[in-house]
Amino acid sequence: MVSSHPATAMTDSSQIHGTPGQALQHDSALKHTTGEALYIDDLPEPAGTLHLAPGGADSVCGQIRRLDLSAVQSAPGVIAVLTAKDVPGTNDISPTHCGDDPVLAESEIRFFGEPVFAVVARSHREAREAARRGQIDIDPVEPVLTIDQALAAGSYVSEQQQLQRGDWQGALQHAPRRILGRTVSGSQDHFYLEGQVSLATPGEDGGVHIHSSTQHPSEIQHAAALALGLTDAAVTVEVRRMGGGFGGKETQAAQWAVLAALAAVTTGQPVKCRLDRDDDMIMTGKRHDFSSEWTVGFDDDGRILAADIHMASRCGCSRDLSDPVNDRALFHADNAYYYPAFRIRSDRCRTNTVSNTAFRGFGAPQGMMIAEQMLQSIAHQLGKDPLDVRKLNFYGKNQRDVTPYHMRVEDFILDELTEELENSSGYRERRRSVDEFNSSNTILRRGLALTPVKFGISFTNTALNQAGALLHVYKDGSIHLNHGGTEMGQGLFTKVAQIVAEELQVDLKTIQITATQTGKVPNTSATAASSGTDLNGMAARNAAQTIRQRLTAFAASHYKVLESEVAFRPDRVRVGGIEMSFADLVMQAYLNRVQLSATGFYRTPKIWWDPNKAQGRPFYYFAYGAAVTEVMIDTLTGENRVLAVDILHDVGRSLNPAIDAGQIEGGFIQGMGWLTTEEVVWENDGRLATHAPSTYKIPTCRDRPEHFRLQIFSRGENQEETVYRSKAVGEPPLMLALSVHQAITDAVASLINEAELPHLDAPATPESILAAVDARRASTTP
Amino acid sequence: MATAPTAEAERPRTASDKPVQNTRNTVRFLLGLEPVQVALDDPNLTLLEYLRVTARLTGTKEGCAEGDCGACTVLIGECQDGRIHYSAANACILLLGMVDGRQVVTVEHLADSGPNLIQRAMADQHASQCGFCTPGFVMSITALKLSLGEDAAADLPDRALIDENLAGNLCRCTGYGPIIEAARQACAQPLPVSWQAFSSTALAVLAGWQQDPSALHCQGRRGLFAAPRSTVDLLEYLAEHPQATVLAGATDIGLWITKQGRQLPVLLYLGQLPELKSLKNNSDTLEIGATVTIQETQPVLAALSPDLARLLCRFGSRQVRNVATVGGNIANGSPVGDLPPALIALGARLKLQGHAGQREIALEDFFVDYGQQDLLPGEFLASVIVPLKNDIQFYCWKVSKRFDQDISAVLGAFAMQIETGSVQRARICFGGMAATPRRAYHCEAALKDQPLDRQTLDRARDALERDFEPISDLRASSGYRQRIAGNLLEKAFLSMTGAQPAELYDGFLAPGHSHD
Ligand SMILES: Cc1cc2nc3c(=O)[nH]c(=O)nc-3n(C[C@H](O)[C@H](O)[C@H](O)COP(=O)(O)OP(=O)(O)OC[C@H]3O[C@@H](n4cnc5c(N)ncnc54)[C@H](O)[C@@H]3O)c2cc1C
Ligand code: FES
Ligand code: FES
Repeated sequence: MVSSHPATAMTDSSQIHGTPGQALQHDSALKHTTGEALYIDDLPEPAGTLHLAPGGADSVCGQIRRLDLSAVQSAPGVIAVLTAKDVPGTNDISPTHCGDDPVLAESEIRFFGEPVFAVVARSHREAREAARRGQIDIDPVEPVLTIDQALAAGSYVSEQQQLQRGDWQGALQHAPRRILGRTVSGSQDHFYLEGQVSLATPGEDGGVHIHSSTQHPSEIQHAAALALGLTDAAVTVEVRRMGGGFGGKETQAAQWAVLAALAAVTTGQPVKCRLDRDDDMIMTGKRHDFSSEWTVGFDDDGRILAADIHMASRCGCSRDLSDPVNDRALFHADNAYYYPAFRIRSDRCRTNTVSNTAFRGFGAPQGMMIAEQMLQSIAHQLGKDPLDVRKLNFYGKNQRDVTPYHMRVEDFILDELTEELENSSGYRERRRSVDEFNSSNTILRRGLALTPVKFGISFTNTALNQAGALLHVYKDGSIHLNHGGTEMGQGLFTKVAQIVAEELQVDLKTIQITATQTGKVPNTSATAASSGTDLNGMAARNAAQTIRQRLTAFAASHYKVLESEVAFRPDRVRVGGIEMSFADLVMQAYLNRVQLSATGFYRTPKIWWDPNKAQGRPFYYFAYGAAVTEVMIDTLTGENRVLAVDILHDVGRSLNPAIDAGQIEGGFIQGMGWLTTEEVVWENDGRLATHAPSTYKIPTCRDRPEHFRLQIFSRGENQEETVYRSKAVGEPPLMLALSVHQAITDAVASLINEAELPHLDAPATPESILAAVDARRASTTP
Repeated sequence: MATAPTAEAERPRTASDKPVQNTRNTVRFLLGLEPVQVALDDPNLTLLEYLRVTARLTGTKEGCAEGDCGACTVLIGECQDGRIHYSAANACILLLGMVDGRQVVTVEHLADSGPNLIQRAMADQHASQCGFCTPGFVMSITALKLSLGEDAAADLPDRALIDENLAGNLCRCTGYGPIIEAARQACAQPLPVSWQAFSSTALAVLAGWQQDPSALHCQGRRGLFAAPRSTVDLLEYLAEHPQATVLAGATDIGLWITKQGRQLPVLLYLGQLPELKSLKNNSDTLEIGATVTIQETQPVLAALSPDLARLLCRFGSRQVRNVATVGGNIANGSPVGDLPPALIALGARLKLQGHAGQREIALEDFFVDYGQQDLLPGEFLASVIVPLKNDIQFYCWKVSKRFDQDISAVLGAFAMQIETGSVQRARICFGGMAATPRRAYHCEAALKDQPLDRQTLDRARDALERDFEPISDLRASSGYRQRIAGNLLEKAFLSMTGAQPAELYDGFLAPGHSHD
């Protein structure tokens, strides 16, 4: 199923177990299957551990008039009840410290369920039972809930941003053809299987140790320090593994960690905060939903001449990461296509809903969906196959290659990649057989689409593109590996260990993977933006190279040979004419007082961004991929079924094809969920209606078609000097699923031969598909 | 009927209060192979809480605490006809008292001397990423493996059967492909010999307990959990405790506890009553005992119609179907329960039993209004009787956002008697269209004695507008529900006239597999 290729770095015909390029198991694979892998709620609880549950508002917005917690206080098992007044430091966990994300709401409620108090009780169940008893009265005000309401009310979390180039107005006006369209994509809950959880233990000097299920330990550390009035150094945050993150445990983990820490410091006892699934879904942010209007001008061949795109997103009640998310949406509103002239605007709407946050793709899926809907609309109007129109608009090589943010696309491989997929998937024959099927079926209809992905890799905030690692080699030759990246299932720890194994030519089993800990590697960036391996792999490689260099210098002087005569071979080291095990050399080095511990560091080169000019090179490189999806819909019920998926995806030179394939398939299915079954529904009163898996539907096993052909692009190689020329893989595959939505649209369009593309919002639930079908059928009746 | 229910919960109880004499006051079960006795302080204690907090077996995870994610999947072993039968269940909504006399197998028990073949297959296939869902999948695949024949090579599960067993386990990371492959790999191998020893040791213990006639009567500080062993005893309990909650599979009741935070002071578990478990297939009726599980009805109901087979394979998940009962699906009075509309269209009747004896009513009459059923105090549901008729054509469709484990937006069931191209009689019932499952009387009338043509369809569709005024909620808008109701009628028409070529979900149902 997965193609791999040998790693470049190999020097010897025999290989160590662990060399990059090998399809190795996830480091915890067997522990996962036996239940031995410990998540925070599984850790043995320290004696006296108390349990915390948040108490949320049961109204949507307004000033708090009265807070009556007497019934909470007196509930069985309750030890303490905390409110905003109990926060000794700054009552704010905003990632940008802009003061709009209180740990506990003090005077104002801004969304339904906003945490106002926290109960600390002897058991999880007692804490939850007590938390239901709070009385929070507010002076209600009219909420702003939707994007449309926010636009009408001028309610924003920050200023509008825009990118523009050339005389887009003139180009639109004079374009031979124009289409006006609207692209709407819904929100999405992360639905990590392990909910938010933290366990805080009070320590000496007022300090605290926090186990947090987070993608961003350094931020949790800082947030806890600020809230508790401590220095960062007094707070230690640790995370061995998360049961899924997907962006939802970046900023959103902070509140629960800080509350647990606050309660631990207040009561002097360890405190665990594990959110119940409903609280988790109600109280933590999700993917931004977007509503965008666009005009595209093009010629009779379908070549885009100009575009004017206005996107607006629901950010919720605070800024959180909405600025970088929306920036990334702006940066991906081109996807793989060259726009000669354009204006792209982005409005960031403030609403009385939970603050939306990072989610795999980080705004890019929403931006790309606009580009893809424009392309599909153009093709439809011209009666062409959308694939042909896509190819026509692809970025060029050395021409037509400047993105809307003035960065040149220097590594564009979609021509080759798309062609390969077009052939391997039998796209053209499939198109014919779909047409044939549709010509003889009225109720069931099929649709087909091929969509490409071009995704920029790096944090758009340049400062975040740095990482550190810490490597200890012990006297017995075993290696303790630590770095700033966190493991949420994506296989980061395995890949980084493979890199260290390669550098030192030691078997993977000599490398002990350890929990991410702010006390070991400081000032880390979130494990996000797909950059985990790019950054931490390089930092660890740097540390390993330092060790290797020290060992080489030592061996050369000790054995009186040239440094060039010292070679690290699989599981052994050759020094001049003799060979010894790695462990023996290490012991010699120890006895001769060579430092066997090293830190490593990495900063991504080449990138810069000037926010005032909206220009720069925000991305080190691009990751690419493409997918073909075939679907069937039932035009009486609107139900749909994905029949077949073919994917070709570029991961550069794969560090671990098994792990990369897992990211690609998992990302695709998650994207498919976003675009089909996963509907986040808000009641008119601002209450979240879908706050549990009973009402919120992520894909199940059956939704994954049997025909699912996944190939890693065998010619992939990063042009930039990333770690062994690999490419990031965490986020890009999610957007391959845009092909699902396009295929469904294609199936609806097949009903009536008409120039306009059917309008289909995402998620394409049976209800919205049926609405599109009915609208399509009605369009013939004059 | 007993009176003075108010002081009931507070009144200190003594052993002599028991209406039933031969009782036992601790829950007794096998945890792996270890016999465990638990005095229930709280009758509402879930199996999951017991496993994770008391037994410190943390391999079983909590992902939702409402039966929807499968992270908490365990195997429940039960002694039936001298054999031990294992089925997957969600520990989060199973109450501890319900495992009395049974064996609980968790992921830890599978790996006593290193990972077993299923665990290895999951690792080989790269089927875990974050790993939080993994123990649940391992348990569901184990249940699947155990349901197959001895000859591993000859009885490989097809994709549909794998889906039927795994659709109740959510994975957010992998996209499922590697898990499906792991299931295939594991099922192709013979069971390890150690399993044989494990299950026969368990069987011996469970069979021994089966001989003990004592009934569970656990009075704790927070309430009573009782599992009477005869309906006479049940009626006595009901008389004694008017505030009691009758407990069947707990797939609703479990959520009252974990999600609504309710404390139920008296639980009367029906699972130890052999009378309610029987399935009688008479020549012209099928009588389904109230505690027959959805899974157990599958072979008999699937034989009635392929549409019923499809409906049952997507009712909840395998874990839910294994414990959820037919009686519970009716007694809960839900407007979106899946069986009632289908059974009403089929003309089913209900047997209710109380102090005054038995009575029988038409199933549709049981549903009085939202949250209101024709169930008298002290009465319980004994069975449902489905007439078997050869002269009807039966169709039903469930429409929901997701195929598996989703609650119906609309469910339409159509039992049509057709003769020479015209409708003699129609019984049509919908779920999701009103406050209860409700028959479409206007629509039925519009069809009666009419030819199967477009005009009839249009008139019948119009009549549906008079039958229903559905609500809008998170599952569907009122307009969509109304439209779907008409479209399902159209589907029925197309099917009757042979013009419905295929189903979108054809191939989604495991063909030819016995569903034990
Ligand atoms: C994850 C999940 C998925 C689900 N999916 C579906 C689905 O697809 N379709 C569907 O229809 N339902 C679904 N349900 C709902 C539920 O499983 C069913 O309604 C089930 O049949 C209830 O049966 P039970 O035995 O578990 O009932 P319990 O929870 O034990 O009881 C439910 C109610 O019925 C009463 N009761 C039970 N038996 C009797 C009796 N014999 N006499 C009198 N009263 C009785 C109880 O007192 C209680 O009020 C789902 C539930 C979950 C948790
Ligand atoms: S925890 Fe999700 S089904 Fe039990
Ligand atoms: S591996 Fe993460 S949820 Fe399945």
